[in-house]
Amino acid sequence: MGEHTVKAYGEALAELSNAVARMGGIVEQQVADAISGVVRRDTSLAQAVVAKDIRADDAHRDIEKRATRILALRQPLANDLREVIAAFKAAGELERVGDLAKSVSKRTLVLNQSDPIQITRSIERMGRIAQELLKDVLDAYTQRDVAKALAVWHRDEELDAYYTSLFRELLTYMMEDARTITPCAHLLFVAKNIERIGDHCTNVAEIVHYLITGEEIGRDRPKSDESTTPES
Amino acid sequence: MAEERAMHSLSMAAPTVTSAQTGALVDTATKVRARDVNVFYGDKQALHDISIDIPDRAVTAFIGPSGCGKTTFLRCINRMNDLIPGCRVKGSIEIEGADAYGKTVDPVVLRARVGMVFQKPNPFPKSIYENVAYGPRIHAMAKSKAELDVIVEQSLRRAGLWDEVKDRLNQTGTGLSGGQQQRLVIARAVAVNPDIILMDEPCSALDPIATAKIEELIDELRANYTIIIVTHSMAQAARVSQKTAFFHMGRLVETGATEEIFTNPRDTRTQDYITGRFG
Ligand SMILES: Nc1ncnc2c1ncn2[C@@H]1O[C@H](COP(=O)(O)OP(=O)(O)O)[C@@H](O)[C@H]1O
Ligand SMILES: [Mg+2]
Repeated sequence: MGEHTVKAYGEALAELSNAVARMGGIVEQQVADAISGVVRRDTSLAQAVVAKDIRADDAHRDIEKRATRILALRQPLANDLREVIAAFKAAGELERVGDLAKSVSKRTLVLNQSDPIQITRSIERMGRIAQELLKDVLDAYTQRDVAKALAVWHRDEELDAYYTSLFRELLTYMMEDARTITPCAHLLFVAKNIERIGDHCTNVAEIVHYLITGEEIGRDRPKSDESTTPES
Repeated sequence: MAEERAMHSLSMAAPTVTSAQTGALVDTATKVRARDVNVFYGDKQALHDISIDIPDRAVTAFIGPSGCGKTTFLRCINRMNDLIPGCRVKGSIEIEGADAYGKTVDPVVLRARVGMVFQKPNPFPKSIYENVAYGPRIHAMAKSKAELDVIVEQSLRRAGLWDEVKDRLNQTGTGLSGGQQQRLVIARAVAVNPDIILMDEPCSALDPIATAKIEELIDELRANYTIIIVTHSMAQAARVSQKTAFFHMGRLVETGATEEIFTNPRDTRTQDYITGRFG
């Protein structure tokens, strides 16, 4: 594709895309820290995640401002329009991922006040998958890689399946020993938050797919979360 | 002139043209059907193998860089090219299935069915009334002055100009503002009951408010007419049209639903043009 006749326009679009990539990096770090915080029972790390959420929020606002400015000044069309819409929407999804990382860390702070529960191993596994999904979908965005985006979109099922089995596992724990109910409930929310991070990665994958192809991915990905918990 | 024109209807042995190539909209009837239209100015070929279906009661936008042949193609539809010395048109253009270049077709009658609005408003240096009454008069559409009055009023109403000029119908048309003049020209085109209205950059000499009024008018007119508009404003094409055709260097590169063309064009040349890039 050729250069924009108006150079500043091309530069503004490139900067917008870079801003999304940068925000992705911030959120990736937040998720990584939130997961190790909960797995390693690291209170100061969890506190840092809560404190640093504002950075993701600022990055989100910055992207919205840039996108709005391009819309107002350039009236982008075709792939440029998709570029701006994608950045705007992806930033929103990433902001939610940042919020979920913060929620995980807030739960961590509470969890760390009671005895450790064996089940954190499953959380670790879920956390690893969520991080991989996030990394892959951000790579798909920066590399404009539609195959990678589709892979993320399909792989989210894995996370849903883990969540369902972890949900069952936690139920058994709580039934065995009523004293674990409080930490188990918190852990359940942690798992749900991680599962939701996967959902947002799926949304970003759909955005990347639209950005590159101009088409939506078929709407009917099988949902395998059978725990039927209400949304947390 | 007539001998030079080697127009032949290809409807018998029409080459297979898929709807993807011509951008046929499935849910609207085709008003104008062009197949393999080639136009020459002397030795110079201005259009190459243009095939397109223009839907009825819809606005079709022609976009593309200057000199790509948009005006030339518009002029094929109402046979204005007949008037240009050295211009030859080959291929077939059918309006409602009838060959526009058939032996029995009277170009004057055809041009009444296919009205045209140009870039610069060009009212006659006569009164507002006479500007609109001119066409109906030469086509003997009114039996009396009273009937003519009705046609003039209706046409001015359709062009959204009646309320602004009803008290000064005898003043000269050239005394109106640019936007009003352009609506007067549209009223003049509408007065002879055309099916098709061709507009060649109708807003390029107008300010944003006058432009907005014309765009609104186009949107109203599309309920009753087939409209083709040439425009250099991508935003305008996106706003007023349902179908868009992109011309480039005398060829029709891409046609499709306007929304599709402006969000997801298939051809990189279309994409480069509408996004303001040089390929
Ligand atoms: N009357 C004419 N005589 C010779 N060449 C012409 C004439 N009108 C247009 N052309 C040429 O035909 C090509 C297409 O012109 P035109 O249809 O006016 O393009 P557009 O409307 O897209 O700007 C251009 O190269 C132009 O120079
Ligand atoms: Mg022209």
